[in-house]
Amino acid sequence: MISSAQYLAQDSEPWINTDTFINLFWANTIGGLEYGSIYALVALGYTLVYGVLKLLNFAHSEVFIYGAYATWFTFFLLGFRPGPTPELPVGELIAYLVLAVIVAMLVSGTTALVLERVAYRPLRNRGAPRLAFLITAIGASLILQQILFLWRGSNPEQAIRLLRPETLFNVGSASVQNLTVIIVVASVLMWIVADTFVNRTRFGRGIRAVAQDPDTAMLMGVNKERIIMLTFVVGGLLAGAAAVFYMMKIPQGAQYNGGFLLGLKAFAAAVLGGIGNLRGALLGGLLLGIIENHGQALFGGEWRDVVAFVVLVLVLMFRPTGILGESLGKARV
Amino acid sequence: MSQKDQHRHISGGIVAEVAQMTEAERREHEAEVADVVATDREFAVGEGETLLEMDNVTVRFGGLVALDSVSFHIKRGEILGLIGPNGAGKTTCFNAMTGVYRPTSGRVLLEGKPLGRTAKYRITRKGIARTFQNIRLFEEMTALENVVVGTDARHKTSVLGALLRLPRHFKEEKAAVEKAMALLEFVGIADRAGDKAKNLPYGYQRRLEIARALATEPKLLCLDEPAAGFNPAEKDELMELIRKIRDDGFTVLLIEHDMRLVMGVTDRIVVLEFGKKIAEGKPEEIRNNKAVIAAYLGVPDDDVA
Amino acid sequence: MTTTKTPAPAKAPAEPPRRRSISEWWNNLSRFQQWIILLPLVALIFALPWLNPPLITTEPGYDFSIAMFDVARYCLIAIGLNVVVGQAGLLDLGYVGFFAIGAYVAALFTSPDSTLWKIPYLAAIPLAMAITMVFGVILGSPTLRLRGDYLAIVTLGFGEMVRLFADNVDALRGNRGFSNIGAPPGTRENGEPLFANFDGKPWYVLCVAVIIVILILAGNLERSRVGRAWVAIRDDEDAAELMGVPTFRFKIWAFVIGAAIGGLSGALYAGQQGFMNNQRFDVLTSVLFLAAVILGGSGNKVGVMLGAFVVAYVPLRFLSIAEWKFMIFGVALTILMIFRPQGLLGARQRLLTYGRQAYQRLVGRGEVVSSDTAMAGGKSLMNGGNGAPK
Repeated sequence: MISSAQYLAQDSEPWINTDTFINLFWANTIGGLEYGSIYALVALGYTLVYGVLKLLNFAHSEVFIYGAYATWFTFFLLGFRPGPTPELPVGELIAYLVLAVIVAMLVSGTTALVLERVAYRPLRNRGAPRLAFLITAIGASLILQQILFLWRGSNPEQAIRLLRPETLFNVGSASVQNLTVIIVVASVLMWIVADTFVNRTRFGRGIRAVAQDPDTAMLMGVNKERIIMLTFVVGGLLAGAAAVFYMMKIPQGAQYNGGFLLGLKAFAAAVLGGIGNLRGALLGGLLLGIIENHGQALFGGEWRDVVAFVVLVLVLMFRPTGILGESLGKARV
Repeated sequence: MSQKDQHRHISGGIVAEVAQMTEAERREHEAEVADVVATDREFAVGEGETLLEMDNVTVRFGGLVALDSVSFHIKRGEILGLIGPNGAGKTTCFNAMTGVYRPTSGRVLLEGKPLGRTAKYRITRKGIARTFQNIRLFEEMTALENVVVGTDARHKTSVLGALLRLPRHFKEEKAAVEKAMALLEFVGIADRAGDKAKNLPYGYQRRLEIARALATEPKLLCLDEPAAGFNPAEKDELMELIRKIRDDGFTVLLIEHDMRLVMGVTDRIVVLEFGKKIAEGKPEEIRNNKAVIAAYLGVPDDDVA
Repeated sequence: MTTTKTPAPAKAPAEPPRRRSISEWWNNLSRFQQWIILLPLVALIFALPWLNPPLITTEPGYDFSIAMFDVARYCLIAIGLNVVVGQAGLLDLGYVGFFAIGAYVAALFTSPDSTLWKIPYLAAIPLAMAITMVFGVILGSPTLRLRGDYLAIVTLGFGEMVRLFADNVDALRGNRGFSNIGAPPGTRENGEPLFANFDGKPWYVLCVAVIIVILILAGNLERSRVGRAWVAIRDDEDAAELMGVPTFRFKIWAFVIGAAIGGLSGALYAGQQGFMNNQRFDVLTSVLFLAAVILGGSGNKVGVMLGAFVVAYVPLRFLSIAEWKFMIFGVALTILMIFRPQGLLGARQRLLTYGRQAYQRLVGRGEVVSSDTAMAGGKSLMNGGNGAPK
């Protein structure tokens, strides 16, 4: 909600704030990478499922937010409570974070798996039309969201912080925090693992084969159903990891409908990079994070969420196949 | 409604009347139908002149050359056969004509004018209509509605006209229904006019596709393997229909695997192999052409015979 | 390929034979006879808020006349969304955005809180429709050339953007909103305005009248080149284009007409409420609208109104489950897609102005109605629905 003071402040400020943009250029770029790497991980989930099934999995944003809740509950069950950030030895901190990542990945992966089995598979078995899949995606998204709403209410879970942000070093005029380094490095590592998985393993070959031509893939002995399941699970696992990073950045992020906007942005990132394209997801995610941060500096914080949408529409208008082009099938090396 | 009533209703209408006509009456009725079906469009070229020309058309997908500088022409009023082994580029040829693919190089000219980058629906309006190898009807519409969609290609009523029911809307609707009814009779499926396309038997679906394409009043009708899946008797009926279509003033381009059908119905034949034209000529010339025989060697008998 | 054609769960044998014969009987009646039968029904519908029938009434929990207005409003919305989703087969998830724009236009041009010049409420309604149509074109033209799923996500984003604008643009007054939004003229015997926001009856009558007009106009479109183009696009867009249908233009029209009806219902809503702020237009509402269309049977005007009735009325009648409504409709959508994708009533469309006469002449039967399902159109996933024809 915008307070009246902010309204007054807006009136006196110029519409485009170039000073802020220039002053905070480096800070915003670095912050953009941080958000962007989270988008990238979630975008991978959209891209993988889209590549294989040509399905826009709306419920992926809920798969993500289940990971965020899993993170919060992991912290909570470890005995942490909302309030001041505890002083933890580095080893212990890393152990807790790794544990949170594992739990969140499991929860998100399971959610994605259940979603696939319960909602989408029956439709495939019946040869349902595209529209039915999209509507099911919407319905499933609603169900997953409402489960959280009816269980935890509409307010976000109170922030639990494990890691206190500290400046590590400076780039230009901007300081780089420990949090940023962890999130960006871990996300890129995750992406490398996912990329290697898809491009270098037997399962990955199956995914690419089904993406390229499901019929031929089946004739060549690829188990299509298993590949589809696997694709959903991989997307879910990545979303779970992204959720942990997200909760480190925004500890109050566990809210029943918190996945919606992030999902929209991650999808925009996937389209920006070229949907169905793993590298595109990374590039699109990082780019979108940076564009969004600079957009916020230029036009004001309240327009932050509009930026991603405008980017999405512009990409669709001028280069609907995205920067790197579509295709999971051809994403060899 | 009683059983009897229902029976009377279902067996009513033109379909029932035709069944009870004498031979002479029927012939007269068929002539009337053919008259409604015949197009009254302005042609820029006369009978026997070049209607459509493929001028060095090349279509390339990445590294694959699907059509390699193919040139041939279709004369107004003839039935041209386009044959070749599987993957020879026949359907690609259709797609290049109807705007589905843009030629990588070369031109497609209709009545001497290049089609260039004309939108697909405009090409249809200019006068090229087609059927599909794998039937693509509007499954949720009735047979009659499917054909009326074809007639709509020549209509101008848009949202405002339909919303306010302007006179043109009524005029077009009336003419469209008349024409569509005649077309269903013409191709011989009027008895199932009210059935949804997806519930029609296979042979009816193929004929419905032809009726829908004819409804756009094409100058050139392209039939993509219309006899696929037909038994010999059905193929004979189809040959008769194709001749009837030509006699009604249409020009026909026919892709077909069945040699007997192609040889029996076409005036000229163009043979493609691996995207290249290897022969062109009258059916008897093609039958004895060495390159064609070589191209078809190894193809099972029932495809060649 | 394991995904064969849809087994069409609602084939004739599955349906009770009695219903078949009723629909056949109905279709064989002349249009005049149909109107005679419909007239008392329409009168009954108009009289509902005065009858306030026991069991059906939502009181004491919720004022019945306002509840009926809400139901009517949802019906109107469902009819509009049905043009987009049911007839043209385009998934529009941002319908609430058009609804909101309509409401805001009505507020901006009639409320004393707005700095714009004022016009009468009845003039603001067509203006609201015109402006939403412009937004429909702006949103539709970049996305409708692309595959359907992009439209879904862009419209979803659009709904959210409209809300963000309502939050953040000064002139739209955010949470403070607009009060004393205009209403149609007319006074009661005691001098109070006829269209007051505490009494839903006049608004209900107005809304039902609007629905009847829109139904007639929508029917006009359906039985014309436009309606046929939409269904052709829904069934097989590539084939439609190759049969001479300018698909992009007709998709834009469907989208824009849907938007206009959304704007119209938004303007009516703003008038009845008398107050409008940024708290009423979340994306969930969009999904609720969609649920109304899908639940009742997309492509069937009676069906979508039935769906709208369920979606709007049930939470008001049974207030104890109101909190669960999104959950219930989410589950309903998901289950429906598996077991009865055509909704409660399958799609019904008459696409020919002279269809009745034609079928009579040709096969000697009354008008034939394309029924079954709007959902059976298009290509199944993994069947390569996007690709160019082979």
